[in-house]
Formats: sequence, C-alpha cells, structure tokens
Amino acid sequence: MITGTILRISGPVIIARGMKGSKMYDVVKVGEEALRGEIIRLEGEDAVIQVYEDTTGLMTGEPVENTEKPLSVELGPGLLASIYDGVQRPLPVLLKLCGDFIARGISAPGLNREKKWEFVPSVKIGDTVVTGDILGTVKEFHFEHRILVPHHVSGTVTDIRSGEFTVEDTICTLNSTTPLSMMQVWPVRIPRPHMKKLDPVLPLITGQRVFDCIFPVTKGGTAMIPGGFGTGKTVSEQTLAKWSDTQIVVYIGCGERGNEMTDVLEEFPELVDPRTNLPLIERTILIANTSNMPVAAREASIYTGITIAEYFRDMGYDVALMADSTSRWGEALREVSGRLEEMPGEEGYPAYLATRLSAFYERAGRVVCMGAGERNGSITVVGAVSPPGGDFSEPITQNTLRVVGTFWALDTNLAYRRHFPSVNWIKSYSLYLDSIGDWYTTNVAPDWRELREKTMYLLQKEVELQEIVQLVGPDALPESEKVILDVTRMIREDFLQQSAYSDLDSFCPIEKQYLMLKVIMTYYTSVIERMNRGITLKQVQGLSLKADIGRMKEIQEINLIQDLIGEIDRQLMSLEVER
Amino acid sequence: MKPVSLVTKEYKTIDYVSGPLIFVNNVKGASYGEIVRITLRDGEERTGQVLDISEEHAVIQVYEGTRGIDTTDTSVRFTGEPARINVSLDMLGRVFSGVGKARDGGPDIIPEAILDIAGTPINPSARDKPADFIQTGMSAIDGLNTLVRGQKLPIFSGSGLPASKLAAQIARQAKVRGEGEKFAVVFVAMGITHKEASFFMRDFERTGALERVVFFMNLADDPTVERLAAPRCGLTVAEYLAFTHNLHVLVILTDMINYCEALREISTAREEVPGRRGYPGYMYTDLSSIYERAGRLKGKSGSITQIPILTMPDDDITHPVPDLTGYITEGQIVLSRDLFRRGADPPVDALPCLSRLMNLGIGAGKTREDHRGVADQLYASYAYGRDLRRLVAIVGEEALTELDKKYLKLADGFEKEFISQGDEDRSIEETFKIAWDLFAMLPEDELKRIKREYIKKYHPLHKEPSGG
Repeated sequence: MITGTILRISGPVIIARGMKGSKMYDVVKVGEEALRGEIIRLEGEDAVIQVYEDTTGLMTGEPVENTEKPLSVELGPGLLASIYDGVQRPLPVLLKLCGDFIARGISAPGLNREKKWEFVPSVKIGDTVVTGDILGTVKEFHFEHRILVPHHVSGTVTDIRSGEFTVEDTICTLNSTTPLSMMQVWPVRIPRPHMKKLDPVLPLITGQRVFDCIFPVTKGGTAMIPGGFGTGKTVSEQTLAKWSDTQIVVYIGCGERGNEMTDVLEEFPELVDPRTNLPLIERTILIANTSNMPVAAREASIYTGITIAEYFRDMGYDVALMADSTSRWGEALREVSGRLEEMPGEEGYPAYLATRLSAFYERAGRVVCMGAGERNGSITVVGAVSPPGGDFSEPITQNTLRVVGTFWALDTNLAYRRHFPSVNWIKSYSLYLDSIGDWYTTNVAPDWRELREKTMYLLQKEVELQEIVQLVGPDALPESEKVILDVTRMIREDFLQQSAYSDLDSFCPIEKQYLMLKVIMTYYTSVIERMNRGITLKQVQGLSLKADIGRMKEIQEINLIQDLIGEIDRQLMSLEVER
Repeated sequence: MKPVSLVTKEYKTIDYVSGPLIFVNNVKGASYGEIVRITLRDGEERTGQVLDISEEHAVIQVYEGTRGIDTTDTSVRFTGEPARINVSLDMLGRVFSGVGKARDGGPDIIPEAILDIAGTPINPSARDKPADFIQTGMSAIDGLNTLVRGQKLPIFSGSGLPASKLAAQIARQAKVRGEGEKFAVVFVAMGITHKEASFFMRDFERTGALERVVFFMNLADDPTVERLAAPRCGLTVAEYLAFTHNLHVLVILTDMINYCEALREISTAREEVPGRRGYPGYMYTDLSSIYERAGRLKGKSGSITQIPILTMPDDDITHPVPDLTGYITEGQIVLSRDLFRRGADPPVDALPCLSRLMNLGIGAGKTREDHRGVADQLYASYAYGRDLRRLVAIVGEEALTELDKKYLKLADGFEKEFISQGDEDRSIEETFKIAWDLFAMLPEDELKRIKREYIKKYHPLHKEPSGG
C-alpha cells in the first residue's frame, strides 16, 4: 500500500509526498478523516490530488493513503429514483448519517446493501455466456432491470439461482470459479464499451413544439442549451427530463441551485409519464452537486452521471441525460487547473477544455449493445451552458458548439417578454433534420419538412420586414407582407410559445404539434390566395379565426384542431360571398 | 472533528508582507483555514486566517489589515481552530463588527453555541420546497416576481438608485398573510458608508423592528478582509436563529460588489491567475457558498430568505458580479436609471426582473388562480408597448394602428400605476385590481395568456356593475 504525507494544501488541491508507484486517477484517502480524493498529476514522488470534500482543517504532515483503484460507480438494482452527490454518495443516506448539513469524511455505498431484489434468471445451467449477455431480470418499480454479464467475463453457467437477493449475493457462477452478483463496478472516466455505433435516425420526442417540430434532436444525439441567467435553461432541462420519450432519465444538477434540486425531488414523484402513466421519478436518477458543494466532486459529477446512463444503455434502453450546467463543470476544471498553476488558455480555462468536452459528448450515441440478441440502446445528451454575460463567444459555448448536433440558443430578449421556451429561431439549428426525415414522413405526416421550411422562411422574412417597419412604419408595407407579420406573430405566440407550467400545454403530443402548425400555415396560404381575389386584410382580421387559433393550445381533442382547417376555408369563403 | 492540539505554536518567521497577506516560514502542522492570532511589536493583537500551506510557508490573510506588521518582532500563533462565532438569541438588537465582535459598546454576548462561520452545504434532500407567499406590498414584486420564503432574491441597482429604500420597504412590509409568526432580520453591511448604514438603522427604529435585527457592520473605512467574514458571520447567526430557534429570518446583504472587490484584492495579493476583469476564477463557487445558505429544511419551521443588494458598475448587468450572482440566486429585481429619471418609485425595470420560485408561491389558495396568467400577460403586453415606443420615436404616433396605440397607453399606465407606488403598502388584491384595470384598455381577444374562465371572472367588463 502506498502511503504518503501532505505537503501542501491550497483549497481543493493538495500535494502529497512519498506517493511513488501511484497511478494517474487513483483514488486516495486524505488525512485522518479519510477525505476522498483523486490523483490528477504526478511529479517524482509527489502526487497532486483533488479532494472531493472541503479541506478546511487539514494539516500538513497528515497521512495520504492510496487505494490504487480508479474513481468508480456501483451499478445494479437500486439506482432508479436515487439522488446522489457528484461521487455517488446517496444523499438521503447522508441525511440519516449526519443530519441536514453534509459533514466531511462520511462515506456511504452507492447501492443499498440490505435491500433484497427478486431475481428471475433467463439463462440455465450449461449455457455459454459472454460479456453483455442477459443473466436475468429484476423488477425495479415497473422497470425491467436487466442483469448483464460484466465486461471481460465469459464462460459456461455452472450455477444459477432465482429468488430474493441483495446486490452482493452470488446469483450465478461461471465455470465453477467465477461468482457473479447483481452489482457491477465501473470506473467513471472510461466509457463502457459497445459493439458499434449506429446513425441516429429516431427523433427524441419531447412534447415541446419548438424542439420536436423546428429544431429536433435524435435519440443518441447531442444538444446544447446556452443562455444567460433567467432565459430558462433549467426549466428547459427539467421539461426535457419530464417529457422525453426515453425509458431512463439521468439528471445532473452540476453546480446549480439547491432549491431547484428540491423542486425536482418533490415534483417528480407526483408527475406522471404521459406515455406509461407511471410516476416520473421511477425512471429518473438524480445527481445533485449544488454550487456550494465541493468543486472537485462537481468535476466528477458528469462522469458519474454518464456512466450510469451507459449502464442502462447497455441493457438496450434509451436514456436521456441532462447536464445542468456544463459551464459549472468547466469552471471546476478551471479552478483546479488554476490551483495547479497550469498555463491558462482562453479566459483562464485550461488548454485541455475542448478535449474533455468533446470526449464527454462523444459518450452519447445510439449503439448496438454487447452481448447476444441484437439490442440497441442510446444516450442523448443535453447540456446546458451558462455563458458569462450571455456572451456566446466564450470558450465553453464555442467548444461545445463544435461537437453537438442541435443548438438551442436561448435569448435574453425573448425571456424578458416572457416568450418561453426562449429559443431564438434565427440562431438555433439542428443538424439532424435529414437523418430523421424518414421517421417524420412515416409517423407524422409527409409534408412535415415542407411545413417546417415554410415556417422558417416566414420567420426569417419577418426579421427583414421588421427592419423596414422600424424605419418607415408598418403602413408602408404592402398587404401581402402585412399578412406575413400577422402570421409570424401567430407562429410565435400560438405555436412556439409553450408554458412549462400550463396544465394543458406543458406536454403537446407530436400529432397535435403537427396539426397546430398545419392550421397556421393553411391560414397563411388561404389568406394569401383570397387576397389575390380581392379580399382585404382588414376583413380577415374581423373574423373569429385568429382567436380560435390563439386558443388551440388549450384544446385537448385533436379532431377539433383538425376541424379548424376546414373552418378557415369556410370563413374565408363567406367573406368572398359577402362581396 | 479532530482533537485540538494543546500545544500552541508560535512563530516569529514572517518573511513577506503584501497587501492584506503575510507569509510565515517553516510552519509545521498548520491546518488549512485555521485562525491565527498575530501579536504586533506594541502588543496589539490581530486575527488572521490560513489561506494556503506549503512546505516553505503558510499564507495568512489578516482581517484587520497589515499596517504595523514587521518581519522581525511580530509573532504569529496558530490556534488550530477554524473561524468561529459565538451565537445566541440575545444577539437580536445588537451591533457587531464584520468578524462578530460587539461594536455597540455593549457587553460581549454569552454564547449559546460556538459555530464555524464557513458553514457546511445543506444536503439537497434535506431541503424543503419554498412555498409560502411573502406579501411585500410592492406590486412589482408581488404581482410579477413573487418572493417566497427561503428564496434568495437580489436587488440589482446602479449607483445613486434607491436600492436601500426598496430593501427597507420590503423589510418593513413583508409578511406571510394570516400568520403572526416570529421573524428576525440579519443585516450585513459590507463596505457601505456610515450614511447608508444609519439610513437602515433609522428605518428599523422608526418601525419598531430594531430589537428584531442583528447588525453586522463593516463600513467603508473598516478593514477590507473583514468584508469576507461579515456575510458568513451573518448567515451563521441566521442559520442558528432559523433552524435552532425556528424564526423566519430575512437576511439583507449590502453591498455585494464591495465583497467581491475584497475577494479580488486578496486574490491579486496571492498572485493568482485572474478570471474576468481581474476577479478570481473561483468567484462563482465563493459567492454560492454565501447565497446557497438560504432556504428551508424539512421538519423545521424556520426559514432563511436572502435579499442581497448589489450595485452594478456602470449599470452593466453583464459585469461579472451581477452576472455570477444572477446564475446562483433565484431571480433578480433590477432597478433602472431611465425609470428613476422619469420619477417611478420604486424604479423597478420589470423586463429583466425574475423570480424563479414564483410558481411555488402563487395560484389558487396562495394568491389567486389567475396570478400566473395575469403576470405573463402584463409582461407580454408591456414588452410590446415598450417596443412600440422605439417605433414612435421614428415614425410618430400617428403611424400606429389603433391597437398599437392602446398598447402604448398600457405601457405608460403600467409604469405609472402598477410599478410606481411610493410608500404605499398594497395587498395582493389591490395589485390584481390595478392589473385588470390596465387589461381593460385592450380588446379581450388580445389577452391570450389568461384562461377564458378567468377573463369572465375578473375582467372589469364582466363583473357586476357594483364592482365586486
């Protein structure tokens, strides 16, 4: 065992001497209180260590003990509905151990050791199994938790049991020599392997119109949400966590507010998944490392989160991972780097920021899982970014932009006027439109892409027209262009805006989304058509149509919206008859 | 906790003094963050805290400043204890310095407990959801950016704008309706002038709240480093009052910009790699260790609500201090010079304001069922009206449509009637009434943000002629 002594202490970073033989990223126990830390640099016999707990009170000369294991998470039944800190300590257990405030030097295993789970085997004695094969299943809430053969393990089943077991009990033995339990341990900084990556061709349906219809992301894709404070990053992330059509959601509160995590904790058990009618918490894993919790644990939190996500992906499930906010993670990197006195790159961030960021986002993807029986699983990563001063030219935003497929730019001005989600339709983009086109054509409507393009064209046109209006006033525009302003206002207010707090509109099914857009576009084409035949805009504005369209959000019955399409023609026709 | 060593270690090996920092050589067994006592040549004693320890030296920040410290005779004694403060219920009505020493000439308090001022993070699963609506009596806050118990809602001000007046008015009027629960105010002054401090003191005196207030005073001419300790002392007392004595504590921190200046001063003296505008890269983490000490705990009836005041340099909301604050706090109230010039009182600029916890404190049973819709509608309409003003400046009011003229009128009315209220203490119902009177200026179809049933119920046109 390698044991050294503390030589230097500077905030979350310490240097220990006498650590010869240590490896990079070994987990160490620091001081008499055995605070957990990780080696991040080696210099001769000195090791530089980032400590996952507050270092106040540590003394030079105290012992440092190397566990010679990398930072790892425990994977197995009991993960769902859990809430962990950045290094997978279960917060409710810490609450029991040390009260309302988190004390130091407390350790608690990630998975409950006492709880027994009903294991149902799906292999029998004599079967040959390899890495990734399903040994059996455990019912966790309503979820089928598949127990997989761990990596680098294969052989013939010589014993398999069924019944109630804890995560440490042996449930299966291979070759009479290798006992297997339901729990696996995996180092967080190493991606879990898979057979091969697939192209993302299925959309992640979120129930949010601006995301699904205008700037979609795929299952296995990546998206970023940058925005200044108050633009609704957290609300967007939470909305996605609530309504995404995946079996599992991992939500990482990385250096954010404590009260927000409480909000998620209290709200999710009450909310029901609209697709399965099961409580949302039963498919959710929360990682909460709030801003005042130790910085180094914040750095680790996104790796803890994505490793758990990969574990569920390997079972063949779709997982959505929300990281709020990756900027706080980047700042943790910067703080540690500063304490190491590394040469700073842009804005004081370390030069390896871009490498770390892209390595993280590349752990997303749709894959063929290891093991027999072709299983596909996916991880979709949505990272919030908090650019200082709302300035998108800063390093974290720019480096993330290079690796993500969908860019949802939140806009302070839209937020000021309470246009939520405050996604700026001019700046945002999605690179997945082509790859998911087929799915939309088959499952939504053949003309979805066409409608979307037209909508985007009108919104773009609106910007140009607004410039003219600012110069010469609205009266100077011809009637046909006034219609565009009329319709784009409709698109903005009656389609793009969607309140996350509305009881009727916070989740909008994809069929309804399509119809709503269809109604607005039908209105546009019909009005233009009739105006060519002499009807004036003033007449059209006298109709009750616009108010009806404005109330579409509150209508639950899809056929009532469908009826509106006919209603548009009928009302416009009546104008013609009046003439 | 480790046992405190009985052997005190005294060193006369100061090697280097720079700004508020001293570097002591050959220190053995010092602990990170511990408090040191520094004895000067003339016998004067000062207090410092260990910031960094290495093989060669320990870096110590001196709370009272380094003037008079020399490298030959000054001795440094390591206490082995973290920075702590004596707390007691008797602190109510008293005035303390930034490090918790009595400053009002009264006796030292008899401690009920001695607590570490750095505090420890609240376990997120121990937190209780903030849910009680606090009626501040200010329409701009109650109606549009509702404050709830356990929230941290800063006021972003500019130099010369009446942030103090607003904060004092909130402290005076804030109440949870239908409850007579015990409250306390912890007031932390960091680097503000004597004039500002006495404004608050007079205001508390006038309203009879003085004996419910704990003051921590670090005025503009007091040592800078004490500013770093002042909010932590204040919040430690607040936590004690809230979670041991079950009081509802309102913490006012003013002015956070001075706190951050002090942080920058220390960071520069330590020759750290600077972040934006010379502020240290860890300022976000440091600020969050202050702001996150607000909230409620499960099973405890007390709460901590924070109102930090912050002067934006050059009214710039993207300056690092307001920027990082906005990223941690649950919203912000922003004052505008433009509105101030036009005589609005308080000059709250509604558009950049926000309360993230608003939804937890409003709606049927708390305020009124139409609250969310009313607030959204006011925002949307006012924002549109403000845009039109720009247009009017170019093309003149005549060029506007009839509808747009109505919006323009609404925006003016909003600033004059709704936002501006002087010393009036408005109930939430009065706030709603003003809002609905404003909506009556617009055609009903324009009120898209409000559910139809609420329009039927609350729109002045639909109400009984008696006014209801």
